[in-house]
Amino acid sequence: MIDWVLLVIAAWIGVGVLGIAALRQFKLVARILFPLGGLIGLALAFAALSALPRAPEIAILPIGLPQLPFHLRLDSLSAFFLLIIGAAGAGISVFAAGYFRQGAGTPPGLLCCEYHLFLASMAMVVLADDAYAFMVAWESMALASFFLVTANHKVPEIRDAGFLYLLIAHIGAIAILLCFGVLQANSGDYTFAGMREQSLSPFWASAAFLLALFGFGAKAGMLPLHVWLPEAHPAAPSPVSALMSGVMLKTAIYGLLRVCFDLLHLHLWWWGVTLLALGLATALFGVVFATVQTDMKRLLAYSSIENIGLLLAAIGLGLLFRSYGMNALAALALTACLFHVASHAFFKSLLFLGTGSVLHATSERNLGHLGGLLRYMPWVGWLMLVGVFASSGLPPFSGFVSEWLLLQSFLFTPGLPDPFLNMFIPIVAALIALVAALAGYAMVKFFGIIFLGQPREENLRHAHDAGPWEKAGMLWLAAWCIALGLLPNLMIQFIDPVTRMMVGEGLAKQAAASGWWLLAPTSIERASYGPVFFLLGIIAASTLAFLLVRLFYHGHVRRSAPWDCGHPWQTPRMQDTAEGFGQPIRQIFEPFLRLQRTLPSPADTKPFYKVVLNDHFWHWLYLPISRGIEYLARQVGRLQQGRISIYLLYSFITLLFMLFLVQR
Amino acid sequence: MDNLITQLINLFAAVILMLAFAMLSQRRILTLIHLFTLQGLTVVASTVAVAYVTHQHHLYYSAALTLALKCFLIPYLLHRLINRLNVRWDIETLINIPTIMLIGIVLVVFSFNLALPIAKLSASIARGTLGIAIACFLLSFMMMITRAKAVPQVIGFLSMENALFFAATSATYGMPMVVELGIALDVLVGVLILGVFMFQIREQFDSLDISHLEKLKED
Repeated sequence: MIDWVLLVIAAWIGVGVLGIAALRQFKLVARILFPLGGLIGLALAFAALSALPRAPEIAILPIGLPQLPFHLRLDSLSAFFLLIIGAAGAGISVFAAGYFRQGAGTPPGLLCCEYHLFLASMAMVVLADDAYAFMVAWESMALASFFLVTANHKVPEIRDAGFLYLLIAHIGAIAILLCFGVLQANSGDYTFAGMREQSLSPFWASAAFLLALFGFGAKAGMLPLHVWLPEAHPAAPSPVSALMSGVMLKTAIYGLLRVCFDLLHLHLWWWGVTLLALGLATALFGVVFATVQTDMKRLLAYSSIENIGLLLAAIGLGLLFRSYGMNALAALALTACLFHVASHAFFKSLLFLGTGSVLHATSERNLGHLGGLLRYMPWVGWLMLVGVFASSGLPPFSGFVSEWLLLQSFLFTPGLPDPFLNMFIPIVAALIALVAALAGYAMVKFFGIIFLGQPREENLRHAHDAGPWEKAGMLWLAAWCIALGLLPNLMIQFIDPVTRMMVGEGLAKQAAASGWWLLAPTSIERASYGPVFFLLGIIAASTLAFLLVRLFYHGHVRRSAPWDCGHPWQTPRMQDTAEGFGQPIRQIFEPFLRLQRTLPSPADTKPFYKVVLNDHFWHWLYLPISRGIEYLARQVGRLQQGRISIYLLYSFITLLFMLFLVQR
Repeated sequence: MDNLITQLINLFAAVILMLAFAMLSQRRILTLIHLFTLQGLTVVASTVAVAYVTHQHHLYYSAALTLALKCFLIPYLLHRLINRLNVRWDIETLINIPTIMLIGIVLVVFSFNLALPIAKLSASIARGTLGIAIACFLLSFMMMITRAKAVPQVIGFLSMENALFFAATSATYGMPMVVELGIALDVLVGVLILGVFMFQIREQFDSLDISHLEKLKED
């Protein structure tokens, strides 16, 4: 099966090379190469699906340096992430076929090449079985995505965003490299198979864990390394944002899982607590910032940070259970994590693609200039509604299942043998619930301001709906959101071999025991969820309400306007704005944000209200670091005097010092 | 006889050190070149003496090469250079000669201290002179640092090479012939290139004072 997977990856690279060949032939690239890439993604998803329950397969590719081939391994964990990459990539590619427009910026063929190399390198990352292959794939992924982010490099903000992204990606890559250096434990064997055989002391295992957390956290957007994410995601073209947010962030989660549960055998309880705390902080931070954003893509980027936080918290919980030997519960937490990986990949890609269609139709990203688009773009609107429901964790969509599973696993923490943790973790669970609720708030704002109400600008009335390619791509992703939500047991069957590989337990047996329609992760008495019944219930209730209103109310409508209650006419300007909708959250979470507000004076006839929201981390962490580096560089710059005798004096003093050292 | 010649080697070494001090404090360019030639001659003489005592024949070739290069060719080139540049009678203003000499003495003490453990390991008859060789090297380096004009700096550089050659003979009976030939060629080429540079510097700044090069610094 691994041969098929490699063939598929090679096909992606081939499509990329064809893109270079057809550099400026727009029609060829858009109508043939991108759909071809999507088809290849579908093939990858099928290959991965059939590889999921099988035993691990290895392959050695004789490329790279002599004596240092690429070791590759296809096991359940990599197959699961390949499934995500293939399935989400297929939808995004089909969308991209209709999305990219002819015009300025990177030529379409080059874009196609970068895009497919990006996909291929992501697939290689999850296949790699030695540190060398992993780092090569990881770096090509970072570089390909960097060039995709800066596709529109004539804009200075986009260049800045790209630089910040590249910088943090490389700092993270250094940490990952160091982590592998610790993991190989002086054996000189950098294959993962060699690393699995090492048994590290608790100190070095902790060092490896912390380095992995830092390195993969930088890629995932963990606090406080998240600053690149809200800059880079909005800067990229929408299909690329979708791919980065929906799929690339998951490779970081993959790396963390691979290191924590496969390469390291030791699990300390405080690792889990650290991850839990960091994940929770990330989630809360992300969701609060998401609610106060006014740019639709930035809002989604912050929402991605929130989801990454939830994933990290789930991994942390899994580690905690694992360190106390409670493998069944660890499997539950990891199932929640993997389920959320899948569901976030689909709904966040869908939402980013939707913003792309809106952007094309209106050339507006600012929520303050949008509104009422459901009437003009019904396809995009209704499909986005699916993504919005999944994202806010409403049944019967996919987001609900993962969040429900996560909260279920929190309910078992009283079984932990540590009284301190027993008191501490229910608070965490409560905060997770808060995050889920706030995510719903952010999504209501996102959908409501863009699609409901009246258009805030006149030209929105001429907005056109998405094209057939874009519709097809979004439909595919929306279908996954619904399918994952309605048939969670099927997905759990796929996740089962993965958790079995990582912690030795799985949920499939319990899930199968209660039938395909009912999800009961532990026992049916304790908790169960039947999405189909839920859907039927919702449909029945809505139909009933509709009919009742029709029957009993609409018959007696009396239309009249005796009083206008103070506003005889209503303009779009009177609607709640994005700022207004987020204002309560901004008030409550004021200490989280750094606000700069200019209020107009009461006498001003053309009042202008401006608010700039900033991140504390930028001012507390990043600016001091950059100032420190600049100061150091200045001090080093003093060495440059321009006088030959001073330069000679430097080497003279160095020589004397060295001689002095030699003599001792 | 051998004892006498060993004493002779020590004498030559002392002369080389004194010449190094003399060059460090010399202000006239012409005299500087004379002193340099003299230093070269002394190095040749000491090499011949070592070769005679130890019966190392390749050292004779080294001595002949050095004689040709350091005592005839390079001094000739330098003379021509200062005539063409018209700096034959130039006098350089040196700052604070006593301080420089005092630092030089400190350097000599330091190098003797440094050479002591190395000389113990060496089997050469001239091992006592290693400290002097290192001291000469450091003094020539000092000279390059303290000079503001281009020609004396070049002489400092060449004198550094002399000291290295002397160190090699006294510690290990000289370097392999190939290395020596290579270094000799390097020095020659270096002098030629530096000569060209001097012309360029003068053309650019109407002076050979290298403090003008400070203007090239980027702000």
